[in-house]
Amino acid sequence: MEQFLQQVINGISLGSIYALIALGYTMVYGIIKLINFAHGDVYMIGAYVGYFCMTSFKLGFFPSLLISMLVCAILGVTIEKIAYKPLRNATRIAVLITAIGVSLFIEYGTMFFVKPDPRSYPPLTGLMTRSFRIGNIVFSAQQILIISITVVLMVLLQFIVKKTRIGKAMRAVSLDRDAAQLMGISVDKTISFTFLIGSALAGAAGILVGIYYNSINPLMGMMPGLKAFVAAVFGGIGIIPGAMIGGYFIGLVEVMVAGYGNSMFRDAVVFAILIIILIVKPSGLLGKETREKV
Amino acid sequence: MDKLIKNTGINKLIALIVTFVIVQVLISTNIINDYIFSTLVTICINIILAASLNLITGFTGQFSLGHAGFMSIGAYTCAIITLRYSTVWGFVGGLVAGAVFAAMVGFLVGLPTLRLKGDYLAIATLGMAEIIKILFRNVLDDLTNGAAGLRGIPQFINWAWLFLFTAGSVLLISNFINSSHGRACISIREDEIASEAMGVNSTKYKVTAFVTGAFFAGIAGAIYASYFYYLKPDYFAFKKSIDILVIVVLGGMGSISGSVIAAILLALISTYLQAFPELNMVINGALFVIIMIFRPQGIMGSKELSLSLIKKWTGQFGRKNGGAA
Repeated sequence: MEQFLQQVINGISLGSIYALIALGYTMVYGIIKLINFAHGDVYMIGAYVGYFCMTSFKLGFFPSLLISMLVCAILGVTIEKIAYKPLRNATRIAVLITAIGVSLFIEYGTMFFVKPDPRSYPPLTGLMTRSFRIGNIVFSAQQILIISITVVLMVLLQFIVKKTRIGKAMRAVSLDRDAAQLMGISVDKTISFTFLIGSALAGAAGILVGIYYNSINPLMGMMPGLKAFVAAVFGGIGIIPGAMIGGYFIGLVEVMVAGYGNSMFRDAVVFAILIIILIVKPSGLLGKETREKV
Repeated sequence: MDKLIKNTGINKLIALIVTFVIVQVLISTNIINDYIFSTLVTICINIILAASLNLITGFTGQFSLGHAGFMSIGAYTCAIITLRYSTVWGFVGGLVAGAVFAAMVGFLVGLPTLRLKGDYLAIATLGMAEIIKILFRNVLDDLTNGAAGLRGIPQFINWAWLFLFTAGSVLLISNFINSSHGRACISIREDEIASEAMGVNSTKYKVTAFVTGAFFAGIAGAIYASYFYYLKPDYFAFKKSIDILVIVVLGGMGSISGSVIAAILLALISTYLQAFPELNMVINGALFVIIMIFRPQGIMGSKELSLSLIKKWTGQFGRKNGGAA
């Protein structure tokens, strides 16, 4: 039982990272119906920005977090302006291929500059190296940090989406783009803002992954990116609470498979979940069935 | 079967024989050395892969991101069989077994997943390819030697085999497309609901295209195994599927000759940039974005390279020149 609870704690901290990345996928999908393959790479950039802030510029953890969120937000908006905006009215496959192109460009462009070898992440200092015990269950300060940052960001996101003017615009555009435009909402601005928020969350996730795994490399965005996408599909793509539930679920499953089964199979299990979900209920856990109109 | 052969046409046959003889002469006079020949093998493998993916994605409109998975099945099956039976018949048997096995997996995967549309299908096929990779790496590791990979696979590929399989695959695929089955596939791409209303059994044709594509990807994998005599599961990762997709998109979705041209073009670029593999991928990525923004139909669009098209181009060129003078 204690071992099980310990695995749950580990699963929740990994799951919060997936949830942060999945939110970006799901918001972008909700608003322009695009699987943004480049999203995983934006978070890789976030991890590297954090790395350089902490090593080269000797900044603390929280300033680095803010800087990498800012850099990723700018990157996300730039990608949208250059690569996706010209394709607003193109077929969905065309935009998807563009997204794969952007992803390759960022991955290997980064590899060209920072070299492909993995780098070890700077260790946390002071209070954040401690760990706490309740009974025989160990909470590391690192896990508490990851979970609490994620929760704060999610609450902030819910606030923006539900209570602010721009959040209302985002919901309107994702419901019906043409009608939103007729109501005087600037669709382009709203889409840019969605990319901005999604990418900032990915930037935060990047730093948290660096802390969690202690190692970063230019291709690190691919696997967690795909898994976060599975999380978004699991919860119902385009639905914000769905992405959170999906993220935690995938994190828990992965830790459980590694803990009780064979760690070699955790990727396979995640993809098997994806295929089962897609076949059984493609709209996801919280999604509604939609009929195709002729 | 009659139709598959009849459509070939005498012109194509002559062109093929001439190509074969010229390259054979160049090889025997050692102008094409081992290094150039290995590039040639890569080009031919990429042509088969791109043509077969084009059948699925370009002609039938089913977006697949898992083609490397089928290739790996062909490669491993052929490698395991030729390691046991190291004769030419072992190789041919392994190649056929690999292709059939890939087609069978294609059927099993295709039947449930082809109900999905567009990006969902893309993600499901991607997941499938990842699962196949993990199976080869971690589950079947007494057969495949796990992550370390299989070494010392007997090499049977020479120009004659290579040419036979490449030309054969491309001809069979393009004849399939020109048959009534192919037209049914194209109608699904254009509008699935409308084609179902016209009596096309869309599930049947989607699965047929998927299985056929998987079959030829298996052949390409077997050729790869038999020429490069070393296989490891990581070669068949997501990136490989993307590489194949780049060729199809650059050549034009819905043009087999476009795929052939793009396969040759990209092999030349990557040979030229061999010292900088990262730069090569950066260029591939940028190519995707630029093609999609400025020429979404690729080099050839959905046209095929033919004598009349060449005449039309040269005719336009002549007229332009005439106008200037």
